[in-house]
Amino acid sequence: MNLSPPPVSLTQHVASLEAGEHVIAAAWLGSTPALATPALALSGGAVMLGGASAAQVRAEVHGDAGLLVATASNGQLFTGGGDGRICSVAADGLVTELARDAKGGWIDAVAASGNGAIAFSVGKRVTARDDKGNLKTFEAPSTAQGLSFAPKGYRLAMAHYNGVTLWFPNTETAPQFLEWKGAHLDASFSADGRFVVTSMQENALHGWRLAYKPTDKVAHMRMSGYPAKTRSFSWSHDGSWLATSGAEAVIIWPFQGDGPMGKPPRECGVRRSKVTQVAFHPGAYVIAAGYEDGCILLLRLTDGSELLARPAVKDSAVTAIAWDKAGKRLIFGCEDGQAGLLTLPA
Amino acid sequence: MSGKIPVTVLTGYLGAGKTTLLNRILSEPHDKKYAVIVNEFGEIGIDNDLVVGADEEVFEMNNGCICCTVRGDLIRIIDGLMKRKGKFDAIIVETTGLADPAPVAQTFFMDQDVGERARLDAVVTVADARWLLERLVDAPEAKNQIAFADVIVLNKIDLVTPAELEAVEARIRLLNPAAKLHRTTKCALPIADVMDRNAFDLDRILEIEPDFLEEGHHHHHADDIRSMSFEIKGDVDPDKFMPWIQDLTQVQGPDILRCKGILAFKNEPKRFVFQGVHMLLDGDLQRNWHDGETRVSRAVFIGRNLDRDAIRKGFFATAA
Repeated sequence: MNLSPPPVSLTQHVASLEAGEHVIAAAWLGSTPALATPALALSGGAVMLGGASAAQVRAEVHGDAGLLVATASNGQLFTGGGDGRICSVAADGLVTELARDAKGGWIDAVAASGNGAIAFSVGKRVTARDDKGNLKTFEAPSTAQGLSFAPKGYRLAMAHYNGVTLWFPNTETAPQFLEWKGAHLDASFSADGRFVVTSMQENALHGWRLAYKPTDKVAHMRMSGYPAKTRSFSWSHDGSWLATSGAEAVIIWPFQGDGPMGKPPRECGVRRSKVTQVAFHPGAYVIAAGYEDGCILLLRLTDGSELLARPAVKDSAVTAIAWDKAGKRLIFGCEDGQAGLLTLPA
Repeated sequence: MSGKIPVTVLTGYLGAGKTTLLNRILSEPHDKKYAVIVNEFGEIGIDNDLVVGADEEVFEMNNGCICCTVRGDLIRIIDGLMKRKGKFDAIIVETTGLADPAPVAQTFFMDQDVGERARLDAVVTVADARWLLERLVDAPEAKNQIAFADVIVLNKIDLVTPAELEAVEARIRLLNPAAKLHRTTKCALPIADVMDRNAFDLDRILEIEPDFLEEGHHHHHADDIRSMSFEIKGDVDPDKFMPWIQDLTQVQGPDILRCKGILAFKNEPKRFVFQGVHMLLDGDLQRNWHDGETRVSRAVFIGRNLDRDAIRKGFFATAA
């Protein structure tokens, strides 16, 4: 019998939004963090901007071809669609086409560097666009399904079948291949650039310690035991923890020092539903976790305490969560097009 | 089953008429919207449907089983399509003429996300009545495609004599007695014969003459694909059958291309239907045995190097 009290509810602080379509990504847009506009990238091809229903703007980005992938950086949203186009969307709804795949193929991944560069992939073709708009292309050994920029330098990690390739688009340096058998899905650089972590087809994570030679056994980190694929990662603000989806709890790996090997991960928010989305608070050891059954909890890593942000809602698995820069507001979206905006009480 | 999007896989050796069939499915008047996954754009031009390019990336699963391969691009595309639910009713996957159908079929068993949202409706193989016999000799892919099929569209029958047609049908039946077979010219057949077949057209199994595949009818090469079908006139014991079929597919999985069956389980009013691809098995209780319907248990195995007597003995030992 569970004797712990039900989580304290924040649901009265949530304003619901009607996105109407599967939400691909959530973000906060604009150059002034305090005035940032919440945005939801929608599978039908548009981006919905604005929180209160009166102020909502719908920016048409990819038309009927659909919006497939999106990522936010520096107050802008970058989207990739079924039309082979990569666009940026600003807080006021201004859409700018940044690049276009020559064959109009589906965009498989998009990443932004934080200092103006972006990268995207269509199958094996990976294109990097620096802050001046120069395009460089690279052919990965197989589809580059996950892309992540290193925090420093113009360097891109791409996850593909049997490993990760690290590529410097603006130098002649040969790309570095980090081999590990299996299909790698998403990729993520740690904030200090010491680690690259991927999710895998086999319900596991794989990581590399970049300080070691990739052929060296100690370079590898295997993080397994998930009942489903991990499709959402989030690093803590100080880079010392990595929260992951894919289990019936948020699994948080310790990345202090030399990484998580030999240390057990933390588990928070244990429920009878799979975690689908995780987002670390930008300034505290608090994780917003979205579940397959629609529930959203705020979880404190230090003591495991829970706050309820959204109760379970049928057929409304959580597909996107984003904190604003100050960590006072949270926007989320779900597979059935429901969405909401949580404003933490002062 | 309900709520899952049906997926039809179109295979066939180069030039057999796959694209003709695809265009026929898409252009015939119908009230369905299809998402079509193709390898080459251009030859199909349909306004109303969603067409996606694929690149046939075959991944080995890291589970120590060499026959467990999946189509990575298919997982990705289906994941993307499922975010646009409501825009289409069914998915059609067209494979290249040289493709092995196994990774496509296995994707629906192996990938949890795909399996939760989509179901393999049928593998439809288009075969060229004029050239199939030659392809079966020189192209292992063509043989695999026939062996894997749930539905075979034997096309271009206008180009062969009745005797030749009979010969090619007999050869197909040796490789795959369990598939539904349609004779066509220019792939002309009702869409309903290939789409939304559900449960893999398994009822065909009950129509096969059990003695159809007797030994000695033709010479076997060691690596030849052959098929065998067995019938128990009555019930089987699930406590004996389940361990047996699991063990058989574990040990001989690489050699078993397909297996399927309809079984009467002891004390069970519903028919148990199973099917497998190499080492992967899927089974379900389906409709009730009708009043007056004879409770029989039938199983079909299609593969290479299969020991007919051992499999027969193993199957009969599961009788209730």
